[in-house]
Formats: sequence, structure tokens, C-alpha cells
Amino acid sequence: MTTGQPGAAMSGAQSLITSLEAAGTRHIFGIPGGAILPAYDPLLDSSIRHILVRHEQGAGHAAQGYAAATGGVGVCMATSGPGATNLVTPLADAHMDSVPIVAITGQVGASSIGTDAFQEADIRGITMPVTKHNFLVTDPAEIPRTIAEAFHIASTGRPGPVLVDVAKSALQAMTTYSWPDQLHLPGYRPVTRPHAKQIKEAVRLILDAQRPVLYVGGGTIRAGASRELLELANLTGIPVVTTLMARGAVPDSHPQHLGMPGMHGTVAAVAGLQRSDLIISLGARFDDRVTGNLDSFAPGALVIHADIDPAEIGKNRLADVPIVGDCREVIGDLTTLLRTEAAAGTTGDYEQWVDYLAGLKKRYPVAYDQPADGSLAPQYVLERLSEIAGPDTIYCAGVGQHQMWAAHFIDFEKPRTWLNSGGLGTMGYAVPAAMGAKVGRPEATVWAVDGDGCFQMTNQELATCAINDIPIKVAIINNESLGMVRQWQTLFYGERYSNTDLDSKRIPDFVKLAEAYGCEGLACDSPDAVDATIEKAMAIDDRPVVVDFRVHRDAMVWPMVAAGTSNDDIKYARDLAPQFDEDDV
Amino acid sequence: MTTHTLSVLVENKPGVLARIAGLFSRRGFNIESLAVGPTEHDEISRMTIVVNVEGSPLEQVTKQLNKLIEVIKIVELDGPLSVNRELMLVKVRADAATRGQVLDAVQLFRAKVVDVAPDAVTIEVTGNADKLGDFRRVLEPFGIRELVQSGMVAVGRGSRSISERTPRPIAVPRAAGG
Repeated sequence: MTTGQPGAAMSGAQSLITSLEAAGTRHIFGIPGGAILPAYDPLLDSSIRHILVRHEQGAGHAAQGYAAATGGVGVCMATSGPGATNLVTPLADAHMDSVPIVAITGQVGASSIGTDAFQEADIRGITMPVTKHNFLVTDPAEIPRTIAEAFHIASTGRPGPVLVDVAKSALQAMTTYSWPDQLHLPGYRPVTRPHAKQIKEAVRLILDAQRPVLYVGGGTIRAGASRELLELANLTGIPVVTTLMARGAVPDSHPQHLGMPGMHGTVAAVAGLQRSDLIISLGARFDDRVTGNLDSFAPGALVIHADIDPAEIGKNRLADVPIVGDCREVIGDLTTLLRTEAAAGTTGDYEQWVDYLAGLKKRYPVAYDQPADGSLAPQYVLERLSEIAGPDTIYCAGVGQHQMWAAHFIDFEKPRTWLNSGGLGTMGYAVPAAMGAKVGRPEATVWAVDGDGCFQMTNQELATCAINDIPIKVAIINNESLGMVRQWQTLFYGERYSNTDLDSKRIPDFVKLAEAYGCEGLACDSPDAVDATIEKAMAIDDRPVVVDFRVHRDAMVWPMVAAGTSNDDIKYARDLAPQFDEDDV
Repeated sequence: MTTHTLSVLVENKPGVLARIAGLFSRRGFNIESLAVGPTEHDEISRMTIVVNVEGSPLEQVTKQLNKLIEVIKIVELDGPLSVNRELMLVKVRADAATRGQVLDAVQLFRAKVVDVAPDAVTIEVTGNADKLGDFRRVLEPFGIRELVQSGMVAVGRGSRSISERTPRPIAVPRAAGG
């Protein structure tokens, strides 16, 4: 603590910064402005490193990337009005994907609130539906307790974003700083210990099942449950699917791993859920992008649904055995009881099922066709990136085709190495999130895999990266279009390409853009040059690198379950449905 | 559609009503009636919310409400096992010719005249929704000039209280952030 001792008289602004230090904040991503200005003065003398971003959305996504990569709480700061409203997208994103961040915003002086003052926006009202909780502080004495509550709420239970809006008058007034040692949150009691009776019931179903699947969601990553998960998988031999949010929770190289389920899931993962008789859902939420048409999703399956958020259980799919608890504890308890059963000679027998799914996995691997004209396949770029950058690299993606290709063609072996915008689907997430991840994990290589559309939404943060010595690497998968939308136009709108052509192989010149931002700019448009280009990018560590991979524009994401249809109707490639041999199951 | 009466204990803090109203509207839950007021504890307010739902969404309503940090407790009050009351103020046309009949109705429903004008009376009546509906139908022929009604408040029968236990405070961990 450098700005003041507990019990000391100080300004509200000093109290805010001292409180953030007490909560463990080491980095803040933000931009000053009128209402938050008092807080920026004591920030100069504090132990906190403030990273001056170029747009508040970048600050929010950076805080998300920081939190997702480190497992800690990410912090961003902005002024009132437009500064605060620019944080709405990252807050909504963090809310959907359960990312613990705390956003501090300045508000106009307390006496001006409600008068349509300059740069006034009711950010607490605006962000109520997209935060786990939010506060408006007008009394400087409330600052330490509010900050302590914000960090506690953001990081416990189901993690999520918390916004603290502080009136400028509260920052300017004198107060006494006192960090609380107790919090009074009578309505906030997240249950982390699973109920023993539910664990017992779940184990009974697991032992009775013939076709069980471990449906692993992002909650396992937030809970840090990978080790426990691997133990459970190894002990039982049950096949595993990892959702988009859970890539890396179980190594892709694990023989029981079937890949990602859902709209663009692997045939084996989709069929594994669809034909199972028991879905063991761990920190997943039966999202529509996983289930497809809900009524026809996994019709023969009983469901064990474990989640720390009771509201997720039974929300979309009825749970036969609901388990409320922290995933790590739930999985640990399941494993312990299953081990006891195994010692007594009771184990499940899933051999036929495992063989069937292994056959599907072999018959329908994630694959792609090389473009006939010799141009660059986007999937090939990601395959090579995965091979060369390796499983210790942190990969961040935007939203769209490149995100799906990255999810499939990068081999994830470790948790917290895959950051993306899953629930909200925020284009522009990748570059600032990569920046945040690199600040939180400076020793790690961080690659943003971005589309040419996404990249143009938030690439101003390259300036932040170059100036603040945050050497991220960006692979632009440039197909000169809003590729996923274009894919839907190809498949469902008779190839009428309305407003999806970005012409971004012509404008902007991404190499020059990168150079203008003080980054190394590289381009690659031939398969032969891919390895050398990636290796060149890997060798540069004193500045950010941007690689413009100019890929074939008509490449599509397969497999695919068309929106609103049944997972039974999955297409392995255009007009190619997989052959499910019914006799095999 | 069935109606359920939820008693919701909340922290008495600014913005709580906005949070709850917002939650209902964005999740597509239908509020039929809502009443907010103080309780025997200064720091706790009590909302009585009548919702119109099918069986399974009710569980979602209560679970989503429970996720709000400032919501302390939710209890569903079962019709026969609770006392439900609404308050209605109604201004009815009543001149020398009809006043007697109106006052008969007032007596019959154990209502109360709270204001009199030469051509109208204002009546206060409390009861459950059925009684208030019946009273309104009886008054309609005379000419209702103005009507205002509160949301329902409800309390469970018997000696038990839903606000008995005060949860313990949470210890603040050192350096939760990063």
C-alpha cells in the first residue's frame, strides 16, 4: 500500500486506489476522463500498473483476457457517459461467459445525477441486465466496502462482471480509509459443496449407464477442475466432449476425447451426446449452439447436471439428477465414490459404446479440402500454427469462421490456453483479450487468431500493445469477408452475398497498418510460406507481430448442424450426412 | 396459466425494485401484482409478487430472483395457508336517490366510506381479489368514477416468520484480485 494506511484520512480517490490495491489489483486497463479524473492522480503513486488503452471496449476485453488467462480478477476503468457505455459490450460478454472482472467508472457529481449533466449516463441502470451485480457510490465512506464486495462477488460462485460507478463528488471528498474484514451480503451464499445424496444418485446412474458421455463446459475451466476431470475420465473410461468454452479442459490428445459438440461440432461429439443414455454435464449450460433443436436433443439420455449456478440446472433441459456445487468439488466427490465402488468390484461397462464412438471419430475426423486453385486454406494455417506455437501458447479468437477453425484445428492440451467470446459472440474480442492475457501471463506466447472483419473492430489496441511492451502476435485469417455470415448466405440465401464482402485484401493494407502501429507486419498467401512466416513471427519478441494470412474466401466450416434443426441432421460436409450404422450401438 | 404468490425479502437499498422489475421483463415473466414495503427489520423490505406462470418457469423465476445479490429469501405463499389482502379505493356516483343503496353495499362488504361529496362517495375496502372483484361488480351499476387498487400483500398463517434467521457475515480474503 503506497497511497495511505488504513484508518488514514484521505480523499475518496485515494481510498478507491488503496482499496483496489488491498483487493489485490496489480493491473488496470482504462482511459481517464472528467468524472474519473480524481482517481487517476493517486494512481500515479500506487503499486498498480495502469495500461492506457485506445478505446474502453478494449479495456473491458483486456480485463476479460487477463482474468481468463490467469484465473484472477481483471480490472478496467473508464469515465462517465460514453466511457462507461463503451464498457457495456465487454460486460455483457463477461456476463455470458462467466468471467470475473471489476469495472470502475466515474459518475458525475452526486448533486448532478439525474440532471442530464455533461457526460452523464445511468450506467448502473444500463448494466443491470449484463452484470452479476453493480453499485453506485455517492458516499466516500462506502468506497472500501464496495470494492471488497465487488471483488468478492466477481470471483466467487459463478464468476461474473461487477461494475462500481463512483460519483466524482465522492472521489473528491475527504474520507477515512478502512478496509473491511467482514462483508454483509445476506442474499449472497453460493453453494460450493455438492450434496452427498445427489453424488450417490449420480454414481448409481453412471454405473447403470451403457452409453454415458461427460459433457464438459467452461465451468470446469473457471473452477480449475482439469486435474480432477482427467482423473474421472481415466477412472471410468467414459467418452468426453468439451464445449467451445471448455477447449483445453481435457487434452485433445486424450483417447476418450471426442472433440467439440454443437452446431459446428465433430461428428463423434455430436453423435456421442445425441445417442447417449446418460449425459453427465459438468459446468455446461445446454446452450442452443450445443443442443440444436432442444426437443430432439439426446432423446434417450438421462441427465446429471452439475453447476454452481442453480438457475442453469433445468433451465433448458430437465435434469434427472441436479447437483449444485463447484465443479472441482463435484468431480472430486464423484471420483472418490466411483473409486470406492470400483474397489468393491462395481464398475460401469461401456466398451461397446466407446468402440462405436472411436469408430465414428476415426471415420469422421475434422478435415478439410485443399482449395483446387492452390490458394491458402485457412484450416491449414491453424493446423500449422498449432504445430509450431504448441500447446503452451495462449490462443484468443474473435467470432466467426476463424473461431470455429481455431477451435477445431488447434490442439488444446491445457486449460486457460483458449480464450474466446462464446456466449455473446463479440466480434473484436481477440486483439484486446490477447493484450490482457499477455499482461497477465507475460512469459507465455499469446496468439490472437482473428478474422479480417473482427480485426477491424478493435485493432487500435495494437498501439497500446506496441507502446506498453505487450508483444502479442496476431494471425489475421483474411478471407476478405464476414465469412460466417457469407457461409450462411451460401447455404441458406441462394448465394446472394448481401453486405458481406469486406474487400480487405485490398483495403486496408494490414501489413502497413501493423507497421503504422509500431508492430511487425507480415503477409502470407501461399501454403509453402506458412511455416516460415509463423516461425518468423515466433522469433520476434520485442514488439507485436501481425500476420495477414490471405486465405481462400470460399472455405466453409464443417461439420454443421443448421440453426434450429436436430443434431441428427448434422452434415459432415456440404450435402454429406454421416452414415450412422444403427447396429453399431 | 396459474398464479403464484411470492414473498421476497430484499435488502432495503436503492435500485432493488428496478433490478427485480428488469429481471421479470427481460426473462419474459409476467407480474400480475407487486407490492413493496418495510418489514419488522429496518434493513429489509418485503415484496409480494403475484406471477402468472406455468409450473416449470416458476422455478426459473425463483432461481433467477435468488441470483440477485440483494434478494435474501423467497417463499411461495400457498393460497389457503396464507392471508392475502388488497386495498381498493373507489369513487362511486351517489346522489340523494342512490346513496342509501350504495351504503348498503358498503356495509355488506364491511367496507368504509372515507369521503363524501354531494354526488359521490369514496369507499375504502380491503380483502382478497375475489371479494374486491365482487364489490366492484355490485358498485358498477351506480357508476364508478375512479378506482385505484394496491398490489396484494400476503402473510403465512401460524406463528412462523419467514424473516427469522440473520445470516453471518463473510470474512474478506486477502488479495482476491490479480
